[in-house]
Amino acid sequence: MSEHTSGSAPRLAIEARGLARSFGGQAALDGLDLRVPEGAVTALIGPNGSGKTTTIRILSTLLAPDSGTATVLGHDVGTEAPTVRGLIGVTGQFSAVDQLLTGRENLALMADLHHLPRAVARQRIPDLLERFELAAAANRPAMTYSGGMRRRLDLAMTLMGEPRIVFLDEPTTGLDPRGRLVLWRIVRGLVATGVTVLLTTQYLEEADRLADHVTLIDHGRRVAEGTPAQLKQRAPGGRVRLRFAEGALAAASRLFDGAEQAEDGQTLILASDGSVSSLRRVLDTLAVHQLPVESLSAEPPDLDDVFFALTGVVTEGAGR
Amino acid sequence: MTAPAFAVSDTATMFRRDLKHALRFPMVMISGFLTPVVLLLLFDGVFGRTLRAGLHGAALGGGYVDYVVPGVLVMAAGGVAEATAISINTDMSEGIIARFRTMAIWRPAVLAGPVAGSVARTVLTGAAVLAVGIGLGFGPHATMLGWLAVVGLLALLGLALSWLTVAFGLLAKTPAGANSLSLIPLFLPFVSSAFVPTGTMPAGVRSFAEYEPFTPVIDALRGLLTGVPIGSDGLQAIAWCAGIAVAGFWWAARLYNRGPRTAG
Repeated sequence: MSEHTSGSAPRLAIEARGLARSFGGQAALDGLDLRVPEGAVTALIGPNGSGKTTTIRILSTLLAPDSGTATVLGHDVGTEAPTVRGLIGVTGQFSAVDQLLTGRENLALMADLHHLPRAVARQRIPDLLERFELAAAANRPAMTYSGGMRRRLDLAMTLMGEPRIVFLDEPTTGLDPRGRLVLWRIVRGLVATGVTVLLTTQYLEEADRLADHVTLIDHGRRVAEGTPAQLKQRAPGGRVRLRFAEGALAAASRLFDGAEQAEDGQTLILASDGSVSSLRRVLDTLAVHQLPVESLSAEPPDLDDVFFALTGVVTEGAGR
Repeated sequence: MTAPAFAVSDTATMFRRDLKHALRFPMVMISGFLTPVVLLLLFDGVFGRTLRAGLHGAALGGGYVDYVVPGVLVMAAGGVAEATAISINTDMSEGIIARFRTMAIWRPAVLAGPVAGSVARTVLTGAAVLAVGIGLGFGPHATMLGWLAVVGLLALLGLALSWLTVAFGLLAKTPAGANSLSLIPLFLPFVSSAFVPTGTMPAGVRSFAEYEPFTPVIDALRGLLTGVPIGSDGLQAIAWCAGIAVAGFWWAARLYNRGPRTAG
């Protein structure tokens, strides 16, 4: 599907075929295919336990698959692991900073391990501290940092070696809305410089707002892939909200099968694919019965609807 | 086997990380100094008179302190290695280790750095033990070359014990488990020539004590410090230490490459 998104086929930064991995007889991945276009943000979404983290761990050389192959910029993650490690940066679910070292020392540690020349490190360390709003806390041990600061330091460390591909495993889990926005801005900034980002998230709004491509996986397999817009077209979800004047709701709800009453006691929620013909049917019914509608709004399906339609799992954000 | 060209520089980086950790929490290092010093005071000041009386067969110039210092040096090395096992075990549960695994570095550096730190601490702790020993009346008669050999042997012992306890730290699931395993090298010196000559022990224990690795190390250290020829003890000590170091390194590298401890 993604081939059609931008006219010509984008180059693939990551390509995985038939990845399988089980833990103690339990299959975490069951033949996963994955394509991640270069220079864009791809979000990997799926219910808990669908294999998102296992995928990241295999692609970042932390884990060997039982079967299947994966390449990162053309290099096999199994047989060319050292080369792959030189191309990637990983920020995992659990903080990968040295708690005992200060923010600056953590970055210096990365500079040393990337064998950066001293002059480059001297320039890049304050740059990153500034960009990630850590300059004021640079000389404090990381154990004194807040969750958001630690996450930012984590990502700054990942970027120290200027990786071409960045893996982010649930980068905004546990962050407050402001922290999330800061991180989104950083990710967009990275992609603007040509970096490829593969992230996992449990927030579908995040995938919708941040990702150019979305891959939905369930039970260790890919069930859908495409741009957020393409995916939404595949969902039967979407709804129409009708707000009635006081007292008219009961009469109205009898006219529409499967209509839901909202908690405010005045609004009716109807399933609708958002097409003009379906809206006209609703309006015609209302006209025939002369029911006074105060307002009407049509909502297209969102990624939560896609998620539900394809996995049967209701997300936190769904059914508002 | 990643980027072996960077073996030295990556190990140096990890050694600096280890050093910074040690300086940020100096209590660990201070207690590492104090334990062998207390042990020395205990054996010399409390048990010393009785033990010396029982040592009439052994050639002793001065007090019991002359006999016991090498044994305490070896116990000090064991204590340092024990702390290394615990810190490696704790470190492995930190997210930063997963980061190191995804980087193009010389992989054993993650372990070799702390081992280098451990060797340095072994030598420093040994110096503290010697200083306190001299304060208690220990009179070393080592030559210049002898002193160098003492430092070298102590460092080699530290290297061997550290690689072994790094493997323990990787093997154990909890810091307490790592600690328990490290008690083996920590207590083995009791059944050696550390505190009493092996000749005074019951037959079964004696043959064990004579052939266990700590005995030639202690005898070599004792000979070097007192200026007495050490015969084959030196070579035996070096062989044991080198063997344990290589086996410990091999085992530790295997355990590390096995992958992260946690699944999922």
